Amino acid sequence: MSVLTPYRSEISSQGDGFAQLLRAEWTKFRSVRGWVIGIVVGGLLIVGLGVLTSANSVCSTASVSPHNRHPAPRACPAPATGPGGGWVSDSYYFVRQPLAGNGTLTVRVTSLTGLYSNRGGIGRGPNPLAGMTPGVQPWSKAGIIIRASTARGSAYAAMMVTGSHGVRMQWNFTRDRAGIAWKVSAKSPRWLRLTRSGDVIRGYDSADGRRWTLVGTATLAGLRTTVQAGLFAASPGYTVTTTSVGTASAVGGPTLATATFDRLSERGTWPAGRWIGEDIQGRTDNALPASVQGFTEDAGQFKVSGSGDIAPANSDGPGQSSRTLGGAFAGLIAAVVIGVMFITAEYRRDMIRTTFTASPRRGRVLAAKAVVLASVTFVTSLIAVAITIPLGDHLLRANGNPIFPLPALTLLRIAVGTAALLAVAAVLALAVGTLLRRSAAAVTVVIAGIVLPYLLAVITGVLPVSAEEWLARVTPAAAFAIQQATPAYPQVDATYTPGTGYFPLAPWAGFAVLCAWAAVFVALAAVRLRRRDA
Amino acid sequence: MSASSVTPRISQAWWVGPRDVLHAEWTKVRTVAGPGWLLIGAITLMAAVGAITANATRCPGGSCHIDPTKVSLTGIYLSQAVVAILAVTSFSGEYSTGMIRLTLTAIPRRWQVLSAKAVVTSAATLAAGLVAVAASLVVGRLLLYGHGITPAHGYEALSLGTGAVLRAAAGSVLYLVLIALLGLGVAAAVRDSATSIAVVLGLLYLFPIITSFVGNHDWQRHMNQISPMTAGLYITATTNLRSMPLTPWQGLGVLAAWAAGALLAGGVLLRLRDA
Repeated sequence: MSVLTPYRSEISSQGDGFAQLLRAEWTKFRSVRGWVIGIVVGGLLIVGLGVLTSANSVCSTASVSPHNRHPAPRACPAPATGPGGGWVSDSYYFVRQPLAGNGTLTVRVTSLTGLYSNRGGIGRGPNPLAGMTPGVQPWSKAGIIIRASTARGSAYAAMMVTGSHGVRMQWNFTRDRAGIAWKVSAKSPRWLRLTRSGDVIRGYDSADGRRWTLVGTATLAGLRTTVQAGLFAASPGYTVTTTSVGTASAVGGPTLATATFDRLSERGTWPAGRWIGEDIQGRTDNALPASVQGFTEDAGQFKVSGSGDIAPANSDGPGQSSRTLGGAFAGLIAAVVIGVMFITAEYRRDMIRTTFTASPRRGRVLAAKAVVLASVTFVTSLIAVAITIPLGDHLLRANGNPIFPLPALTLLRIAVGTAALLAVAAVLALAVGTLLRRSAAAVTVVIAGIVLPYLLAVITGVLPVSAEEWLARVTPAAAFAIQQATPAYPQVDATYTPGTGYFPLAPWAGFAVLCAWAAVFVALAAVRLRRRDA
Repeated sequence: MSASSVTPRISQAWWVGPRDVLHAEWTKVRTVAGPGWLLIGAITLMAAVGAITANATRCPGGSCHIDPTKVSLTGIYLSQAVVAILAVTSFSGEYSTGMIRLTLTAIPRRWQVLSAKAVVTSAATLAAGLVAVAASLVVGRLLLYGHGITPAHGYEALSLGTGAVLRAAAGSVLYLVLIALLGLGVAAAVRDSATSIAVVLGLLYLFPIITSFVGNHDWQRHMNQISPMTAGLYITATTNLRSMPLTPWQGLGVLAAWAAGALLAGGVLLRLRDA
């Protein structure tokens, strides 16, 4: 009898490690020409559409008239920039005098009233207040303020009474702390106090002028010895938003707030010794002209009327850097197609049997595919986004658009987040492709799950706002919150809906919703892959 | 080898006419489970999304700008994707299984294959579209009237007796048929099903998104005028027609031009390329 020795390969059998699986999947990916072309096309679409949209976004203040239909463009003015770097509204009436060194300012507020036009706009003719109705805005504010200077956007801390948000301490535009609630009136006056020591300013409030409560402590970095301190009044532009189905139509205009102060007392060194009234007005802010603002002083009683707002300015419009990333949606569709085909092509060509014969542990094959796909998509789209943002910003600036100065970390979050969003979407597509095995259905499910909710919630305005918010919270499209540049500030009344670019979830929370969807589908796909014949 | 020879059976119908081609295509649609489920899916999704939207539409203060017909037909945004799958797979499915060679051997005139597929897919979509639109309007009427969005409160009546509503309803059915033709043309040109469906959905969904990123009203207006979905869906509007950059029928015409272009490109490529 002869003994048959079975053939054994010379190659040592170590091919079962995860590294080998990754290498096998990477080889599959890079050797299919269509997929490599697809991912490159996706990247080019991100850059190309970003350039196309930025190059055609023109901001100009030049007015079109019948005899000059195409005037030479004039760049739009940029709003003032606050100490934190973001755009701010900084228009108010300031009754001030310099304060040298440390000191304290105390005052009693006995009333806050206002005027607005319920038809929108301002009165025609010489008197802008003609035809206005009495009424105070929710965030009309008046009180005491300490500022580094009168320059727009300079550092400040203020104690104030507001139209319907009680006493507040606010500083450096974005910070806001609540004090005594309820409205101010002659029967229930509010006492406000600011004390300065170095660059630390403390705000106190009191209902009787005897028992004081600390509301907040602000540190204004680098505050010089001499600061400007005094009384102020401001009233933000109002909008009456008729929120119908999605599309909100708004009428609005500037408003006026008038506050009555008494028992004004100063401690410390106040070299000027008298109060000067000044209207601080920005070019881009929604405020009434200086002629209707002002102050009177009569036997220790001050009446101060002001218009405008001291608050962060919202940044909708093309000035946001994420506004150049419209092409990410095209890149997303490319990534979804490749993600689906990465698995369905194996079924169509029966390659899947070879794959599973070589590596019988199916879950690991899926994991290897996911890792390769996510890495390739992430790297490609990050490169594309890193090219698009500076290039798009440059084109936008050249077209007269002021660019919202984003902090570096926010910009990094938008860029990395967008690339990660595409990578996770590709993994979700891979999982859906594994479950359905049919590429057309899988591609449609993923696109209808991510792009369509975004389209319905943010773009078209066909849905009621409640439905828009539900879509932007629950569907994978919630992940686009990662591109939101500025938060919704509670101290600014604006329409914060997905349609105006404000997502109901925080950036990373929104991204986590997409990750959860991907995780669920990957788990389902892994189970299905094991239970079902290939 | 034996001397006896096998005579091939020659079919009586040695000439394949348009009716036979149609019959063949109808048999393909009828005998596969997919198309039936897709049509049922399109109807269900359209009515369901319309119902959810109508249910969420409230106007507590009165005087909201609500277009009841448009709200009821919101489901068309989703159901058009299902119609696109149906149309795309009717062509790309033949390529992925190799069936296309058999089809083209039996019917060498390739234009005939494309036309027959167009007729059968359109007919199926037309039937499903009628049911879907009717169901959406009925559900929308029930829910919106229940929320006080009625003609008595100054809203447009939701009844086919009104000219604008009838136009919107008929136009929406035609819209779905045109989406099917667009999908068929793209699939004939692109062949691969994943890529074809991505091209169709990209054309439909990406146009309005990219448009919103352009900060220039003239450009936005022009892009809306050529966007197949945005322009095509002007047909669903019954109020505020003056604010649209095209009339409803012009808008549907834009989508028809896209569908015709896709069919033409698909037909030419089908003729020029090897299967």
